[in-house]
Amino acid sequence: MSAAAGTPRETYLNAGFTLWSWLSSVDHKRIAILYAISITGFFFIGGAAATLIRLELLTPAGDLVSADTYNKLFTMHGVIMVWFFLIPSIPSTLGNFLVPLMIGARDLAFPRLNLASWYLYVLGGLFTVAALVAGGVDTGWTFYTPFSTMFSNTHVIAAAAGVFVVGFSSILTGLNFIVTIHKMRAPGLTWFRLPLFVWTMYATSIIFVLATPVLAMTLFLISIERFFGVGIFDPALGGDPLLFQHLFWFYSHPAVYVMILPAMGVASEIITCFARNRVFAYRSMAYAVLAIAIIGFLVWGHHMFVSGQSIYAGTVFSILSFLVAVPSAIKVFNWTATLYKGSISFDAPMLYALGFVGLFTIGGMTGLFLASLALDVHMHDTYFVIAHFHYIMVGGAVMAFLGGIHFWWPKITGRLYSDGWARFAAILIFFGFNLTFFPQFILGYLGMPRRYHEYPPEFQVLNVLSSAGASILAVGYLLPLCYLFWSLRRGAPAGPNPWHAKGLEWRTPSPPPTHNFASIPVVTEGPYAYATPEAAGD
Amino acid sequence: MTEAVITARQFDDAQQQRSASDLGIWVFLASEVLFFGALFAAYAFTRFRYPDAFAAASRLTDVALGSVNTGVLLTSSLTMALGVRAAKLGARRALIGWLAATAALGLVFLAIKGGEYYLDYTQHLVPGLNFQYAGPDSRQVELFFYLYFFTTGVHALHLIVGIGIVCTVAAMAWRGVFSPDYFTPVEVGGLYWHLVDIVWIFLYPLLYLVSRA
Repeated sequence: MSAAAGTPRETYLNAGFTLWSWLSSVDHKRIAILYAISITGFFFIGGAAATLIRLELLTPAGDLVSADTYNKLFTMHGVIMVWFFLIPSIPSTLGNFLVPLMIGARDLAFPRLNLASWYLYVLGGLFTVAALVAGGVDTGWTFYTPFSTMFSNTHVIAAAAGVFVVGFSSILTGLNFIVTIHKMRAPGLTWFRLPLFVWTMYATSIIFVLATPVLAMTLFLISIERFFGVGIFDPALGGDPLLFQHLFWFYSHPAVYVMILPAMGVASEIITCFARNRVFAYRSMAYAVLAIAIIGFLVWGHHMFVSGQSIYAGTVFSILSFLVAVPSAIKVFNWTATLYKGSISFDAPMLYALGFVGLFTIGGMTGLFLASLALDVHMHDTYFVIAHFHYIMVGGAVMAFLGGIHFWWPKITGRLYSDGWARFAAILIFFGFNLTFFPQFILGYLGMPRRYHEYPPEFQVLNVLSSAGASILAVGYLLPLCYLFWSLRRGAPAGPNPWHAKGLEWRTPSPPPTHNFASIPVVTEGPYAYATPEAAGD
Repeated sequence: MTEAVITARQFDDAQQQRSASDLGIWVFLASEVLFFGALFAAYAFTRFRYPDAFAAASRLTDVALGSVNTGVLLTSSLTMALGVRAAKLGARRALIGWLAATAALGLVFLAIKGGEYYLDYTQHLVPGLNFQYAGPDSRQVELFFYLYFFTTGVHALHLIVGIGIVCTVAAMAWRGVFSPDYFTPVEVGGLYWHLVDIVWIFLYPLLYLVSRA
């Protein structure tokens, strides 16, 4: 397949130039771009809240913002980052763009539903922004009752409505992916020839479809309870706030796997490509993805060890939480084994992917500390928890998201960015991240609780280190925005396959034409056939 | 209407398009089951905690109206199924008739349910508005009625959507969109209707029957 870049040909990008041609497009690639722009906007809103939090925590006294404002800041940071950035991040942008390309299809099964998902996302976002503008929410992103139903004087219903609506965007995206992956694979593309990224999208979609409705119903229950002043979470009636926590975490723990599974998929693609090696033990990788998704549904109680849950339930949830570490460890070992005797090159996407593996390993291992019943009593609701889940969600998911953006940027835009700047940003983010969050492990272990705007003076040194790291991290996140935008105008044409990667998405021009493939490809080999002689010149 | 099956551009053929739609609606129904699942979990949790209050409260529901409504809804599932069969056979007039009957039965259900809500209101059984109950465990009885209104309310919302879908499909049938080769919307709408029906089949015994003996 020869590169046609540079000569005018029809691509999904030049199929129409008006704003309306984008807002009404049912092309999965254009919808992916719409998502990418919107989640980037929310990422920087959530990031602004984080910036104010870290500024406040520079000093032990609560001198920058009031306690109430601080509560609203960390709530908005959590709500926006979880539901409006992390959960849609990889599935709705890279997943939307790549799933049809990777399986050799012309589009997702339901293109109009796909566009409707984006509009639901925007509608949910508007609700949330309205709640923010009207004065914010102070319940924490978890909306725990009875505070959220009976005591909070902030805009809980508007924020819950935003999350409710954006949930349906997730459900419909998941539905679309499941049907597409089942029904629309190219001839010869059997399940065990699918790229691991597609496997992770499939597992993520199952979580979307089965977990999100529970959250939707729970938020609906909260809103009604708050509005009418009566409901099943109200202890005065004999209701139980713990029931809320069960329902909430039944969604929100699997939601963590919604964030990390796609990141694992991205890392698998990048590592095999830049190690020029088949992924080690492909089938065990695919099964591990499914195992994580399934066991992930059964561990929610580990958020409730100190909430008054029975000790027997706690024990079972603890064991199951340890169990989910097994498939996660299988993946880490297999990535490492993929590198072994590979011909490794350290291009920017690879730096992000390797950073992901390291940070995910730390985040996962510290998760085991928290899954231990006795240790959790000591560390529950401290900065140890904050550091743990930021290693998974930011160190893991965001790192992989950026890696994926860098890896497929030439495919998406048809342009190459500056590899030097990209490597610099990757390294900067890695160091900035560790400087921000590693001190928080120590702070938490020493007993600093989360969600306070003041702290005893002996914690200041570590907090200053953390805030300093956050400023480096902020620069690291702004850099890609600059050089990637620069590449849109000035970047060299990429050609169809700048990384000499395997996978169907690289067998069509960059950027792809509206219908993805000139003719539907026929698949004759397994994934990641990097060891074959023609691999270099494909 | 032979060979007039319109295949959307992303599909290879009509067969692929149809099987994609079928799987799509089943996945959606799985999602719906979990949506109601949260409510059933909440019901089970509360009921196990307060069996006596729930038994007392359950006896205050109007079992006659509830039972009639169950009959109405089950009949509507029958007419829906007959409608799908008519579509399969290409019997356009019969299809429109069965769909109209289905929508009408749905409206009857909503009317009876509305009347029942009104009776509950006159008996001061609506939490948050006028709830009064003289017996023991009055707060827990209130909790039962909260769940009663919440679950039947969410169910009624689904039924309203279902009636809208059935009417849309009937209008498509009127315009002659369907043929024995293409009647996916009838099938998909039918599956949704049956789900709404099944949810009621669980709600009816849980709310009206369980503690009545």
